[in-house]
Amino acid sequence: MKSRIALVVALSIATVGPVAAQTKDANAEFEKFRAEMEESSPAELFEAKGEELWKAKRGPNKVSLAESCDLGQGPGKVEGAWVKMPRYFADADAVMDGERRIVWCMVEKQGFKFEDIAKKPFQGANDNNAPDITNLVTYVASGSRNMAFDVPMHDPRVRDAFETGRAMAAYRAGPYDFSCNTCHGADGKRIRMQNLPNLSTPEGAIRGVQGWPGYRMTGGVMLTSQWRMNDCFRQQRFPEPKYASQAVTNLLTYMAGNSNGQMYKGPGIKR
Amino acid sequence: MKTLAMISGVAGAVALLAGCAGGPSRSEAEYRQLALDTIKRDFQAKGQAKFERLTADDVQQACNAHANTPPADLVIKLTGAQLSTIKLPADDKYLGDWKEGEKLAQSGRGFTWSDKADQPAGGNCYNCHQIGPQESSFGTVGPSLLGYGKTRGNTPEMQKYTYSKIYNAKAFNLCSEMPRFGHAGALNEKQIKDLVALLLDPASPVNK
Ligand code: HEC
Ligand code: HEC
Repeated sequence: MKSRIALVVALSIATVGPVAAQTKDANAEFEKFRAEMEESSPAELFEAKGEELWKAKRGPNKVSLAESCDLGQGPGKVEGAWVKMPRYFADADAVMDGERRIVWCMVEKQGFKFEDIAKKPFQGANDNNAPDITNLVTYVASGSRNMAFDVPMHDPRVRDAFETGRAMAAYRAGPYDFSCNTCHGADGKRIRMQNLPNLSTPEGAIRGVQGWPGYRMTGGVMLTSQWRMNDCFRQQRFPEPKYASQAVTNLLTYMAGNSNGQMYKGPGIKR
Repeated sequence: MKTLAMISGVAGAVALLAGCAGGPSRSEAEYRQLALDTIKRDFQAKGQAKFERLTADDVQQACNAHANTPPADLVIKLTGAQLSTIKLPADDKYLGDWKEGEKLAQSGRGFTWSDKADQPAGGNCYNCHQIGPQESSFGTVGPSLLGYGKTRGNTPEMQKYTYSKIYNAKAFNLCSEMPRFGHAGALNEKQIKDLVALLLDPASPVNK
């Protein structure tokens, strides 16, 4: 597995290269390469680590998530949970996406401090290892591989998160007057050579959640949807969304809800 | 976990108000307000991206409230006000150095929380526009500007319009997706002139 990842990184540098050198061919080549790599995805390594973490008794309370964390399908049950989130959790009285829910379990069940998890929730380009939360998310997401999205949109609380997410995606502010929709509001748009999914359509929304969490070839790091939202707000020239906040859940509800009925292929590979 | 506890209260209140199954239970305006409340609660300043950036100005507010198509009277009022923000060059010269303009058009730097506040911003133009024929990595959020000067003509009126458009795109199209580079303080007079040259100078590769 190690050597395969090294190979991915080497090839990714060769294939993707600096932005200025990218061409339409590079896009096509990447797609081919991604399809090949997905057969034996580097995400598996992170899944395996996540499974270990899920089953281990951890934190001040020395309990495992496998015995204590309910993702909506019963305590510890991972199968099919990812594609049914975001959903409403009565014990937290909140709509939560998968990552936020796992964080909630780590805090409420295992006794970790939220501040400690939120201090560095994403793998940086120079970090050898992904944070525990990323591994856990990857494991949980892998439990829904090849299952259709089934976000409970009939729940009015989920619907409210969805509609609020839609309104957030249209909110323009900041020095460049950008909203998500500036870049993701119409079909067939690109920033440089990067194709931008139109998040308001089912076809675009599924591209927004497909392959996340994903092994990102730029930098060779494993990253989650929470990271993707964070980095797009950076590009939007906004301040930073707080980690695992309702704001991020709302946007993920908007995208996952719009993807209902379409198949999630599991943790993937990203440019 | 304070943040999550706080959010919980909101979800509870939401649940009580919500109607039965099916569609949205509130008006679009209510969701817009909810979105704004959420944004103001759940964001934090980072680097140069201060919290105040979340507050929409009058143009942004009008576009947000009307799905980017405000009523005509509001459009007339606000585009007029935006037009009056444009500072034209005192020397009445609009064509700078297209080579410098090309460099600016290439640079995507500026205003993100990872950009240093004391570093000058780039133009970001290629992120959204096709411009020079040699650059195949261009975005399509905006229209192609290849051949711009050749088709539109390098007249004094076009020079003034192009300068003004880059300075404040909203003076011509209130809810344009293009930033207001002069108005926002992203580009100065010399830089905008260089970009005008890139687009209009007959010697620029854009017009070859
Ligand atoms: C200034 C343009 C810009 C803005 C504004 C922006 N994005 Fe993005 N977004 C991008 C780019 C560029 C990518 C990278 C695409 C790639 O790597 O192929 C991207 C990628 C994404 C992806 C992943 C797509 C995929 O194929 O995996 C999602 C989801 C997304 N953005 C959502 C959002 C949301 C939600 C917002 C608003 C908070 C937003 N974006 C704001 C430019 C933008
Ligand atoms: C976020 C995307 C974006 C960026 C960045 C951007 N533009 Fe634009 N631009 C647009 C859009 C969309 C339009 C068309 C709508 C309009 O006219 O406002 C446009 C229109 C224009 C026009 C008017 C074209 C015409 O036919 O009248 C010019 C000139 C222009 N842009 C130049 C530039 C230059 C120079 C830069 C870099 C300093 C730049 N743009 C950066 C999105 C962008």
